[in-house]
Amino acid sequence: MDQTPLPQINHQHETFTEGLLLDCGTVLAPLQIAYRTYGTLNADRSNAILICHALTGDQYVAEQQPLTGKPAWWGNLVGPAKPVDTNRYFVICANVLGGCMGSTGPRSPRSTGSEDLWGIDLPPITIQDMVRAQKMLVNRLQITRLFAVVGGSMGGMQVLAWASLFPEAVFAAVPVATAPYHSAQNIAFHEVGRQAIFADPDFFGGRYWEHGVVPSRGLAVARMTAHITYLSEAALTRKFGRRLQGNNALSPVLFGERFAVESYLEHQGSSFVRRFDANSYLCITRAMDFFDLAADHGGSLASAFRGSRTRFLLVSFSSDWLFPTTESRILARALNQVAANVSFVEIISDKGHDAFLLDEPDFHRTVSGFLGGAAEAARLK
Amino acid sequence: MTELAPVRFVAKNMRVDLELIAGMIEPNTRVLDIGCGDGALIDYLFRTRGCDARGIEIDMAEVTRAVAHGLPVMQGDADNDLVHYPDNAFDYVVLSRTLQAVEQPLEVLRQMLRIGTRAIVSFPNFGHWSLRWQLLSTGRMPMTQTWSRMWYETPNIHPCTIRDFFDLCDAEGYVVDQWLAADEAGRRAPWRRARLLANLFGEQGLFVLRKAVGPSAETR
Repeated sequence: MDQTPLPQINHQHETFTEGLLLDCGTVLAPLQIAYRTYGTLNADRSNAILICHALTGDQYVAEQQPLTGKPAWWGNLVGPAKPVDTNRYFVICANVLGGCMGSTGPRSPRSTGSEDLWGIDLPPITIQDMVRAQKMLVNRLQITRLFAVVGGSMGGMQVLAWASLFPEAVFAAVPVATAPYHSAQNIAFHEVGRQAIFADPDFFGGRYWEHGVVPSRGLAVARMTAHITYLSEAALTRKFGRRLQGNNALSPVLFGERFAVESYLEHQGSSFVRRFDANSYLCITRAMDFFDLAADHGGSLASAFRGSRTRFLLVSFSSDWLFPTTESRILARALNQVAANVSFVEIISDKGHDAFLLDEPDFHRTVSGFLGGAAEAARLK
Repeated sequence: MTELAPVRFVAKNMRVDLELIAGMIEPNTRVLDIGCGDGALIDYLFRTRGCDARGIEIDMAEVTRAVAHGLPVMQGDADNDLVHYPDNAFDYVVLSRTLQAVEQPLEVLRQMLRIGTRAIVSFPNFGHWSLRWQLLSTGRMPMTQTWSRMWYETPNIHPCTIRDFFDLCDAEGYVVDQWLAADEAGRRAPWRRARLLANLFGEQGLFVLRKAVGPSAETR
């Protein structure tokens, strides 16, 4: 498996020398946030939409990823004449705090000029920390109110944190395929992935860069495990079934014949290690695990949104078992409790959690219409 | 034999019916439309009356259509979702041709008048002469444009008459601010002052209710 360390790319970024006070009490300084923008900010700076990416996403939401050369990860939703129309809206997407695409994270130096990197010693990051860092970027861009904040999965958690921390700065919020807390089952799957990374002999206690290697075997297994949770049984059956790679004769060697689903997962794992940092994976999965909006508000999820004037669109997908519809419904009811303006749609799809990234016409129509209605209510030109 | 139309919560003949309801709603008020379908009423109230109008709809295809039109609609139903709203969150809560299809009509009405100042309720009148005549003459469950499904597959599990509904309002202590009987298309029938005639000739009843104020309501 590929042992090459991730190349350093110079990403577009802003630096905040004052740093950020994290939830854990540590000040992380300096703070660097890498980001991309699309479209044009209008004269009264009222048409900005912030896109929040998921666990292994990045800021290249609507353009080719520079490292992998792969097409935009949300190109079917964000772009010219797309539901999040960059001809109309000014779209911002930032790499999350703790990430490995240019924002401050485990690959950053411990302090200015320091040779030593944070690695696994980076102070724990929360979803709220990620959002506060994004708020600093939005402030730097001189935008006082975002027209909308949109995100799926962990991006959806950030949308909820935005609406809760900065209600006046969010006119409309679109949390997709997400939940107000990370479930025990989801934490369990994350832990399997983390243990695989820890068990990799190339992990070296998180200081693998000193040895010129990456714990690629462990990181690949983590990705394979996680990838299963992004799909559904129906999708796996439809794509692979019980198909074998070669001829269907029983091989005389135990692992001579491989199922199509096995080599698919293997491919997912090996391509992932070429674009993602293992310590970032540890750092960000931990941030997701600790996300619990109700617990942060004395056990009342509704309290997180009291008095909110934000317009919400909640979207879930029928075959998503990682962030099931029941969890979006919990959110919808909490928003009802504070009489918030909420739209809630479950999109029928057999593609599992991944559906939010795929070509789902009903989902795209819904987002487009919701943003159009919100723009009318906001009197956006 | 012709194929049955797909099961919908209630058959709706929206336009004229909705105009009647819209005419009962003051401008710039907060409105919740339960069973809002594709959101025609909330769209009308937002665009022409400046209302903060929202909807709940059980049918996901309708919800998707409404949200894709930019309307604030969530998937849910009268029996299970009203309980989550705070007291007095709305000026009007509308339940159009759905009361007869909910599981617990009494509780739904209570919730409507808890979360809203006024409840606007319309329902098909089972006391209409054609239904009475069919039952009398054939001895079988009546079938009309409104009551168009066989008894074993109708979603309308709690049919009532206009008289029945007046009795319910009395028993529950609700004040009837306005009422009228209308024909199937939602045009007003001339039976506003005579309940017995309205109950015989009105195809649907339309009521605006509020809770009685004063000690009787408080001690109930």
